[in-house]
Amino acid sequence: MHDAAHGSADDVILRVEDLAVHYPIGGGLRGGGRRLLRAVDGVDLELKRGECLGLVGESGCGKSTVALSILGLQTPTRGRIVLDGQVVTGGQSLDRMALARIVQIVFQDPYASLNPRQSVRRTLEAPLRLHGMTAKSEIDGRIEAMLSHVGLRPEQAGRYPHEFSGGQRQRIGIARALILNPRIVICDEPVSALDVSIRAQIINLLLELKETLGLSYIMISHDLGVVEHMSDRVAVMYLGRIVESGDWREIFERPAHPYTQTLISAIPDPLRRAPLATTRGEPPSPLNPPDGCAFNPRCRHAEAVCRRAPAPSLDVRPDGHAVRCWRADEIAGQTVAEPSAAFNGSS
Amino acid sequence: MTAPPLIEVDGLRIDLDDGSRRTAAVEGVSFRIDRGETFGLVGESGCGKSISALALIGLLRRPLSIGAGAIRFDGREIQGLPAAEQRALRGNRIAMIFQEPMTALNPVSPIGRQIAEMFVLHQGKSWREADRLAVEALASVRVPAPERRVKDYPHQLSGGMRQRVMIAIALACGPDLLIADEPTTALDVTVQAEIIELMRNLCAERGTAILMISHDLGLVANVCRRVAVMYAGRIVEERGSDALFRASAHPYTKGLVDSLPRLGTRAALGRSKLKEIAGVVPAIADFPAGCRFNPRCMQATEICRSTAPETTRLGDGGLVRCHHHA
Repeated sequence: MHDAAHGSADDVILRVEDLAVHYPIGGGLRGGGRRLLRAVDGVDLELKRGECLGLVGESGCGKSTVALSILGLQTPTRGRIVLDGQVVTGGQSLDRMALARIVQIVFQDPYASLNPRQSVRRTLEAPLRLHGMTAKSEIDGRIEAMLSHVGLRPEQAGRYPHEFSGGQRQRIGIARALILNPRIVICDEPVSALDVSIRAQIINLLLELKETLGLSYIMISHDLGVVEHMSDRVAVMYLGRIVESGDWREIFERPAHPYTQTLISAIPDPLRRAPLATTRGEPPSPLNPPDGCAFNPRCRHAEAVCRRAPAPSLDVRPDGHAVRCWRADEIAGQTVAEPSAAFNGSS
Repeated sequence: MTAPPLIEVDGLRIDLDDGSRRTAAVEGVSFRIDRGETFGLVGESGCGKSISALALIGLLRRPLSIGAGAIRFDGREIQGLPAAEQRALRGNRIAMIFQEPMTALNPVSPIGRQIAEMFVLHQGKSWREADRLAVEALASVRVPAPERRVKDYPHQLSGGMRQRVMIAIALACGPDLLIADEPTTALDVTVQAEIIELMRNLCAERGTAILMISHDLGLVANVCRRVAVMYAGRIVEERGSDALFRASAHPYTKGLVDSLPRLGTRAALGRSKLKEIAGVVPAIADFPAGCRFNPRCMQATEICRSTAPETTRLGDGGLVRCHHHA
């Protein structure tokens, strides 16, 4: 029941088409010597109603830029974003207010993302007033209901962020994101800044809220354990592009792109000692991407075809599993270390 | 008799002095690390793992100070040593790498100089000779084109490269003990994997013992042979790393391992609600009486609320501090 059913196009609540965000970098006053940083370069995504889409990749891969574009906080260079049937990019764009009622974000750091001078009540009340709710009883009712949704007590509304622990602050951050009843919530590394013993509480809460409030999530994380646990589908980004996407089980059990395989095998597991998978070198600068496949300098399967233009295209298979790799058919399903069998008997 | 352990910490207490009151941030911490051994110290933020490491190399500064206990390096007590002798030990025989290499490196000095300095200060080499050794050190941590890279400043390097430089500095004088405090927390997972493999291989080759400090159970399990778990200023369990994670004796350790969304679990067993540890990590001023984990523990009884448990030795040689340990 957790896994999203395959549905018609009407089930799609968010569609990102050929999204690109390019930043001009450097250059003098006259604009000479400018270079283009392609932070996001042609990303297509689809989020179905009630689904959790995991967006995975290392820092600088463009995953947060995608999120900012969806939130309307970053103007795309190219491409279209369709939210609940409405185009929100370009001339026809919704205003920020309307957008804020559809899509919201839970930030990584609940210490930095809450205003220390505002009580919880003020933090939650401001968006409601801004969006036209004036009756005090209605506002109080909403705040009280939201606090109990996220596991805080109504009498804590008068307190300030410093009076709460990290986990409780993240609950406030979640309440802030949900107070306007959005349809989509982008969770940007929602547990990375929290203590290990607190993370499970927040992950459970997010999944519970998704069911009870009928939300759709985009879950951005570099922690593949969290992504596997929460996601229905997963998209893997590398250097501004999606290199693999598909059903969570496909991605984790039969990863087809060498980068995905490396990511999975690079995660240390407390119950399994094994050499961690390594690649050669570090991610290249998006200012100076390699020719051909962007992953080729680090890929142990790279051949001549991978090193020259054009880059491979995203090849979508009938089951929806999409891979951007010339050699995917030959190397699919491998993980760099031992396959998942080692996990089964151990817990 | 057998040779003394490389490092032995015995009943360490670290006091936090806020001007009016002294609170023990770390209490009754004892462990030993043998030559060439890999030892992990895991725990959440505020549990005292990092300050314990700082105490080990004599870098505790006010408001923190050692309140009780002994630290013996190679059989010799080190906290009473004169500053000059402590300095000679630090960097030469005990080295440390930190979480954020950008703040640990000197931003206005070329990295080659920062490595060369180690040879000049600790081995009395000439700068000329030291510069040559710096290139070798950089090559040993697999920085490409080391003879050119030595002239780079830290800001010109990526996070992974900076951490390689930190490792080169730390291992320059062939220390007996490398303390690694969250060495890869600021790095991406693929880069983390490389740095960990590099650190592990270099130390194994040279017989350098590792004290690794981390909140990442998976990482510690992969690097360390023995692991101690800290909670609220005390070591609650110390075991061989396989036993620790597979058959945890302390409810806190067990709770941590069970709460992790481990990769592969959902595919193998389906998705179930993650097991939570209720409550929050207590602040230093609010450490509860009795067992410090008792307010969050499912198995807590009257004795846990009144009496702090002593350390018990387990059948496999491990140690646990719990009245109701498994």
